[in-house]
Amino acid sequence: MPRVIALTGNHAVAYAVKLAKPDVIAAYPITPQSPIVEKLSEMIESGELKSSMIRVESEHSALAACFGAAVAGARVFTATSSQGLLYMHEVVHWASRARIPMVMALVSRTINTPWNIWPDHSDFVDQRDAGWIMAYAMDNQEAFDLTLQAFKISEDPSVYLPVMIGIEGFILSHTAMPVEILDEKQVEEWLGERKQPYIVDGSEPLGLGGLTPPEDTEDMFYGIQVAMEKSKDTIRRVDREYGKLFGREYGGLVSCYNCSDAKYFAVAMGSWSGDLIEATSKLRDEGYSLGVVRVRFYRPFPHEDLWGTLRGAKGVFVFDRAISFGAWGPIYTDLVAGLLQYTSKLPPVVNVVAGIAGVHVGAEDFYEVLKSLIGQVESGLEHGYFKWVRVRR
Amino acid sequence: MVRVVKPEENYKLPLTKPVVGVAGKTGLWRTMRPVVDNEKCTRCYQCEIYCPVNVIRVEPELGVTIDYEYCKGCGICEDVCPRSAIVMVPEPGE
Amino acid sequence: MISVSKSQVKPPLPYSARDVVLPGDAACHGCPIPIALKVLSAVFGEKVILVVPACCTSVIVGTYPGQSLRASIIHVPFASAAAVASGVAQALKMRGVSDVQVIAWAGDGGTADIGMAALSGAAERNEDLIYIMYDNEAYMNTGIQRSSSTPLGAWTTTTPITGKSEHKKDVAKILVAHSVPYVATASVGYPHDLYSKLQRARSIKGFRFIQIHAPCPPGWRFDPKYTARIAKLAVETGFWILYEYHNGKITLSGPSRPLLDPSKRRPIEEYLKLQGRYRSIAPELINSIKEYIEDNWSWVKRYLL
Repeated sequence: MPRVIALTGNHAVAYAVKLAKPDVIAAYPITPQSPIVEKLSEMIESGELKSSMIRVESEHSALAACFGAAVAGARVFTATSSQGLLYMHEVVHWASRARIPMVMALVSRTINTPWNIWPDHSDFVDQRDAGWIMAYAMDNQEAFDLTLQAFKISEDPSVYLPVMIGIEGFILSHTAMPVEILDEKQVEEWLGERKQPYIVDGSEPLGLGGLTPPEDTEDMFYGIQVAMEKSKDTIRRVDREYGKLFGREYGGLVSCYNCSDAKYFAVAMGSWSGDLIEATSKLRDEGYSLGVVRVRFYRPFPHEDLWGTLRGAKGVFVFDRAISFGAWGPIYTDLVAGLLQYTSKLPPVVNVVAGIAGVHVGAEDFYEVLKSLIGQVESGLEHGYFKWVRVRR
Repeated sequence: MVRVVKPEENYKLPLTKPVVGVAGKTGLWRTMRPVVDNEKCTRCYQCEIYCPVNVIRVEPELGVTIDYEYCKGCGICEDVCPRSAIVMVPEPGE
Repeated sequence: MISVSKSQVKPPLPYSARDVVLPGDAACHGCPIPIALKVLSAVFGEKVILVVPACCTSVIVGTYPGQSLRASIIHVPFASAAAVASGVAQALKMRGVSDVQVIAWAGDGGTADIGMAALSGAAERNEDLIYIMYDNEAYMNTGIQRSSSTPLGAWTTTTPITGKSEHKKDVAKILVAHSVPYVATASVGYPHDLYSKLQRARSIKGFRFIQIHAPCPPGWRFDPKYTARIAKLAVETGFWILYEYHNGKITLSGPSRPLLDPSKRRPIEEYLKLQGRYRSIAPELINSIKEYIEDNWSWVKRYLL
C-alpha cells in the first residue's frame, strides 16, 4: 500500500532504491550523502532489502564495483557528493561510454579548496560532458520519483545510458518533507526485470572495452549522442506512465509554472526553484508577466522544450548555481546555444549566478533581482547579460 | 532477473570476440625460425608449454608441429628443449 | 628414434591450454604473459572473466572487433581492477552464477602502485575472487618506466642513469599481512608449480592472491629466447622465492625449498649478467641486493611450518 511518511531527501532516495531492488550497492561515505547508504545498510541487514552491499574503500572503487556488477548483469546503485564524485570522475566516463545502465544519486555539495560542505550545483554540472542522463529534483517527493524513474529510463533499450539524480545537500538531503512511498508490488510490475545491451558473465567468451581504432570509436560515441536524443521521448513517456500509474506527472524534461501567458521567464534548476516560484507569484500579483521554467533534466539538454516555451519571450533570466570559471553559468550556456538552434534573434537572455558554495538565496532575493532585471530590460538593456549576485545578509 | 536486449539503434558497442591472428599474421615478425628434429624429440612437452603464441603442438606419434603462420621466432622453444631437438635458423630470405 | 609408447605420454597440462590463448596476439617476442595465461587456461578453460586494467595484457589481446583470448575480458580503469572484480564477483553471486571464475589480471604497476588501495580494500573485505599480479617489474606497456616493483639498481626509462634507488616493493608480503585465505608467489619459469597453485586457489573461497614473476625481454634487455631461463634463474639464485601462504603459515614450493640453505643458491651475478638493465649496476648495489635476498629469506623462515 502506498503510504505518506516524513522523509529527508536522503531517506526518500533510500526508500526508492529499496523499491527498485538493486542486486549490488557499492558506496563510500561522504557528507551529506552518508545517510542514504546508512539507511540502505540498515535495510539490508534487517532483511528488508536483498542486496549485496560492498563497503568499498573509496568512491573510485564504489563506481568501479558498480560498473563491474552492472556489466555482469546486476542492477546497481551508488550515491556520492562533491569530492567523491570528482574522485570517481574517470569511472563516470567509463560507464557511460560502455553503455551500461546504472543509477547514481548525487547529493550536491560544492567543491574544494577550501573545505565547504554546503550545496551548489558545481559537482553535478562537472559531469555534464560524460554522457550520463542527468536530472535534478526540487523536493523530496521528486527525489523519490526521479530515483525510481532513473532505473526505468536507464534500462530502456532506446537509451542504455547511466542516470544521475541530483538533490541539494542539506536543503533537501537533511530536511524532512512528506513523501509518498509507493507499493512494492506495483513498482515491481512497472519496473520489470533489468535489461542491458550485453552481459559479460562467462556464458560466452566476450570482451568489453578493448583497444579500438579511431573510426570505430567515433561511431560508438556518436551512438551515445543518438541515444541522448532518443532518450528525450523515453523520459517523457516514463513521466506520463508514472503519472497514470502513481498519480504524479512533472511535465517531462522541464516543468513550467505560469508560462502560458508570460512575457518574461526565469529559468532555474533544483530546490531553489521553489523560492523562485514564490518570488514570481509575488511579482505576478504586482502585475509582472512572469513565468518559471524549471529544468528537470539537464542532460539531455531540453532545448526543444525550452524553445517551445521561450520563443515569444521579451526577456529570459537564467539562474545558475554553478559557474564555469572564466565563462558563464552552465545552464545559461546550454540554453543560449539551444535557443540558437531555432532562431538567430534572441531577446535579452541574462545569466544570474548565485547561491555558490551554499550561500542562501531566498524568495526575497529572487524578488529583488528579478524586479531589477525586468526593469533594466524594459529600459533597453542590450549588454552586460552576466551577473554574479553575491547575496549577503 | 536480467535479460540481454539489443539496443534500439543499430550502433556499435565496444565488444570484442575471440579471433585467431588478432594482430595479423605474426609469422611475418620472424627473423629466425625453429626447426624440429622429431627423431631427437622425447615428447617432453616443454616447448608446447612454454611457447608464448601457443603454436607448438606435441603429439605422441607425430612429435612436434609448429604453425609457422603465427610463430614469432622468439626462440624459447630452442632454449627449453632438453634434447636440442629444436634449433633456431635464419628465416629464409633474411 | 627414442621409442615412446602412447600410453606413457600424457600432456602435463590439460588440453584446454591449447584452446584459450589464440595465436597471433600483439605480444612482443618471448613475452611471458601469454605463457602465464596458458597455464591459467589449463586450470579454468573458457570459464573465466578476466578483469584487466591498463597493462600489457590490455594491448596484447589486440584490437576491436577481435581479442586473442577465448575467454571473457572486462577492460577497466587503471586503479580499479580489484574493485571492478569485487563488483563482478558479487553480481555473479547474487545471480546464482557459480561456474565462472572472476580473476583480476593486472601488472605490477596497476597492482603495487595505482591499484594498491583497491587491492587492499578487496583483500580486507575478503572478496571471493582471485587476484593475479603478473610482475614484469616496471610499467612495460607505456615504455619501461620504473614502478615500485622494479628491483634495486635496474635501468628503466625513468631511472636511466642511476637505476632504481629503492628495493622492490614486496606485494605478496603485503597480502600476507592482510591475512587473506591464500597468497602464492609463482613464476613463468615453473609452469607446473603455477598450475598447482592455481588449482589450489580454485578450491579455496575468499580473497586469493598470486604474484607471477614474468621476465620481459624488451624491458629487462635480454634475448627473447631466454624468458624461461631467466625466470628460473631468479628462483635458483634465491632472488624470487616460491611459496604459498595459507592458514597462517608459509610453505616453500619445490624449486625454492633447497635454497633455505644459502650455499645452494646460485650466485646472483649469474642472474644479473644476463639482463641488459643491470649492465651499469654499481658493485655496492649488488651487495645491497645480496642483503635484500637474505632479508627476504629471514622473513619467510619466520612463517614456515
